[in-house]
Order: sequence, then structure tokens, then C-alpha cells
Amino acid sequence: MSDPIIKFDKVVKRFGNFTVLNELDFEVGTGEKVTIIGPSGSGKSTVLRILMTLENINEGVVYVGGEPLWHERKNGALIPASEAHLRKMREQLGMVFQQFNLFPHMTVRRNLTEAPVRVLGLSKSEARNRADELLEMVGLTDQADKFPNQLSGGQQQRVGIARALAMRPKVMLFDEPTSALDPELVGEVLNVIRRLATEHDLTMLLVTHEMQFARQVSDRVCFFDKGRIVEQGVPDQLFTNPREERTREFLKAVLESEA
Amino acid sequence: MEWTSYLPPLLEGAWVTVQLAVYSTVLGAVFAFAAGIGKLSHNRLISGISVVYIEVFRGTSLLVQLFWLYFALPVAGQIIGIDLRLPPVVAGILALALNIGAYGAEVVRGAIQAVSRSQREAARALNFTPRQTLRWILIPQALPEMMPTFGNLAIQNLKDTALVSLISLGDLAFRAEQIRNFTQDSTTIYTIVLFMYFGMALVLTAMMKLLERSVGRWRTAGT
Repeated sequence: MSDPIIKFDKVVKRFGNFTVLNELDFEVGTGEKVTIIGPSGSGKSTVLRILMTLENINEGVVYVGGEPLWHERKNGALIPASEAHLRKMREQLGMVFQQFNLFPHMTVRRNLTEAPVRVLGLSKSEARNRADELLEMVGLTDQADKFPNQLSGGQQQRVGIARALAMRPKVMLFDEPTSALDPELVGEVLNVIRRLATEHDLTMLLVTHEMQFARQVSDRVCFFDKGRIVEQGVPDQLFTNPREERTREFLKAVLESEA
Repeated sequence: MEWTSYLPPLLEGAWVTVQLAVYSTVLGAVFAFAAGIGKLSHNRLISGISVVYIEVFRGTSLLVQLFWLYFALPVAGQIIGIDLRLPPVVAGILALALNIGAYGAEVVRGAIQAVSRSQREAARALNFTPRQTLRWILIPQALPEMMPTFGNLAIQNLKDTALVSLISLGDLAFRAEQIRNFTQDSTTIYTIVLFMYFGMALVLTAMMKLLERSVGRWRTAGT
């Protein structure tokens, strides 16, 4: 594996008395596609939310591109990160949310241009070109002037993916991108993510319950339970021949419910 | 005396009432946004000033505020050597605006806080600054929530303008009282005045509805 672009070093995250991440060690290589699976409450989404700076950590250090994310280096010591540091670090990351979280008061195109214009300082026409390219990529060119509530869930999530890509992140985080969708709309979203995975050297970190999909797109699958990685490996090994009993139980339960 | 002869002075008064209502509502909206957003500030000084303003002006009577600005403030100014005498129009508009602004501030604050957390998270993920998030993500979504209550406040404010007749401003209520003193024809005069206020309130309601629709266009798109 090349130098890790993401590294969790003994990270602890607690919500009150509940320990979500328990001294988690976890790495993702540059350009690697990693899927996290596991039962709910295992801390999978928390990993993404910490990376997107939506949740702080209690102990340990998270590195993105070799730099501590939630800390700053000062005189050789690590101190809690300032907002300015977080802003700089956030440039490298993009996130796709389970509930899409599109801006309902903006048209589809404006959802894609707003942050590039205001945050990255792109001109309106540059941002518009970038938006139109991305809309073409996700197959929504004809929906550019509509508002999010005029789109289906699958279309909204494709806008969500395009919106995150418009910021040109190095790492894309997908937080259960198809869990809020009707079953017949899951495919169109997975197709977009699959194309991203095969055609780009983006680093991708996915949390999903779509096992078949995880198997197709990932370089590596991590099984999380109780805030730790129980087992990880290439998809074929982990899905067909898991080493740990806990992984086997989980996969059995999930695959039975899918059948 | 014919009832139609009451109309010119009453209409003159109604025009003053309209101006008072419009200026104080617009200024009140400015106060409402300043204090409503100020109360949400992480800066303790700003949020403190906002809270004090809101509580003082919600917790005291409009009439007392009006009298204080018009009668008490100049005296207080005299003591410290500053001329704080306000023309009646300014005192009237200021009192009305400060009063409606204090109520409006709570509406602004509530509506901004009611925008879902997931919207703030999306904005943060796209690296908007807190100020950009407020301006471009939260306020546009909060505005349609505020409008119905703002409409009520504006109508309340229109009716409250009648109080400024007590500092000798020639509004509708003031003119009505003048004519009544002169003619003793209470029934006719106050009936006309009743309809005039009601007419103005109807127009105001219609205007607020239009405004509500224009700030919330995205909500009804496609439905």
C-alpha cells in the first residue's frame, strides 16, 4: 500500500458513556477504494463524520495527507485544531450524505456552483462549466434548472455526488448513499459511484449495506464491530472466506435478509 | 355636517398612518434581524446586548416606550448636555420599530434555529464559513418560516400607530379625535375610521402574502 492518505491512530470517540470508536487504528491508501460494513452502532458512519470534521474526537490522532486533522502542530506538540486549520484540511474531503442534504432553496445547478463560487472563488462561468460537466457525468443535464424537491431520491443523490465532486476533493466519503432510497432507485446511484471508482484515481471511503456492490467496487472491505475493525481484506476473501466468527455471523444475517 | 366632509382630514391622517406603519415596519425588520441574529452570536457582548434589547422592549408597554423617547430622553439628554429632542415623527417611528423589532427578533432567531442540522452539516462539508452558511444557506430557508408571523406583527404594528396620536402626531386616530371634539359625531367618525384601519390591514395582509410567496418560491416548485 502506498503512503496512507487517511490514518486513524488509536482514535477514541465517545457519545456520553457510549464508546463509539475504541482505540481505532485504520488506514486508507491514496487512490484506494475502501468499504466499511458492520452492524448499526458499530461506528462506521462516525469514521466518515470525523473525517468531514462534523464530529470531534476524544483521544488519538487522525491524519489526512500526513497532517493531523483535529490537531495542529505547535512547537513539536499537538494542540486542538483552530477553525482555520479545519477549513484548510476540509478542502481535501467531500461527503455524500444518506439524506442527500441538498440545499432545497437552490436549483440543481446552483447547488453545484454555490460553494465553488463562494468558497473556492471560481468565477460564475467557470463554476457553471464545472457544474454542467458534472451534471452530464451523473446524467442530469436536463434537470439543471429544477429544485431538489422536483427530483426523485435517486436523482437527488446523484446531485449530491456531483455537488461534492464540484469542490475537487482528494477523498470522497459516502455515508450510506443508498439507504434512504426506494429499491428501484438504488441502481442508478450505485452506477454513478461505480463509474467514479473505476474511472478516477479518487480515494473513496464508503459505508454501505449493499454487499454485492461493496464486493464489486472495493479494493478492501473492513468489517466494523463495537468501534473496532474486526476483520479486513480483499472483498473476495472477506465475503467468501471470513476468518472471524463475528464476521461470518454478520454476513450470514445480511445475506439471508437480501435473499 | 355631511359625513363626506370628514373624509379629507381623515384621509390626510390615514396617509400619515400609512407612512408611520411602513417606515416603522421596515426599520423594525432591520432591528429584528440584527437582534435575532445577534442573539445567536458566539460573541457574548453581541448576544448580551441583543437579549437585553429584546427583553426590555418586549417587557415594557409601547406607550411608555413612546413617552420615554419623546418626553424623558430629551430631559436625560439635557442633564448630560446632549440635545436628544426628537421630532414626533422620529420618536413615533423609532418607538414602534424598536417594539416590533423586539418581537420580530425572536421570530428570526427561532426560524434560523429551526433549519435542520443536516443543512449546516452540508454547508460545513462544502467548507462554507459560518457567516456564509448563515447568509446563503440558513436565512433563505428561514425566511418563509418567518413570514406568517411577520405578517401578524406588521398588522399589529399598523394598529399600534394609533398610539402616536398621543404625542401630537396627526395620524388617523389623531384626526378622528380632532373632528369628534369639533362635531361630537362619534358614531359616524369612528365607523369611518374603523373601516379605514380595516382597509389598510387588508392591503397589508395581501402585500405580506405576496412577499411570503416570493421568498418561498422554491418550496412550491413543481407541486
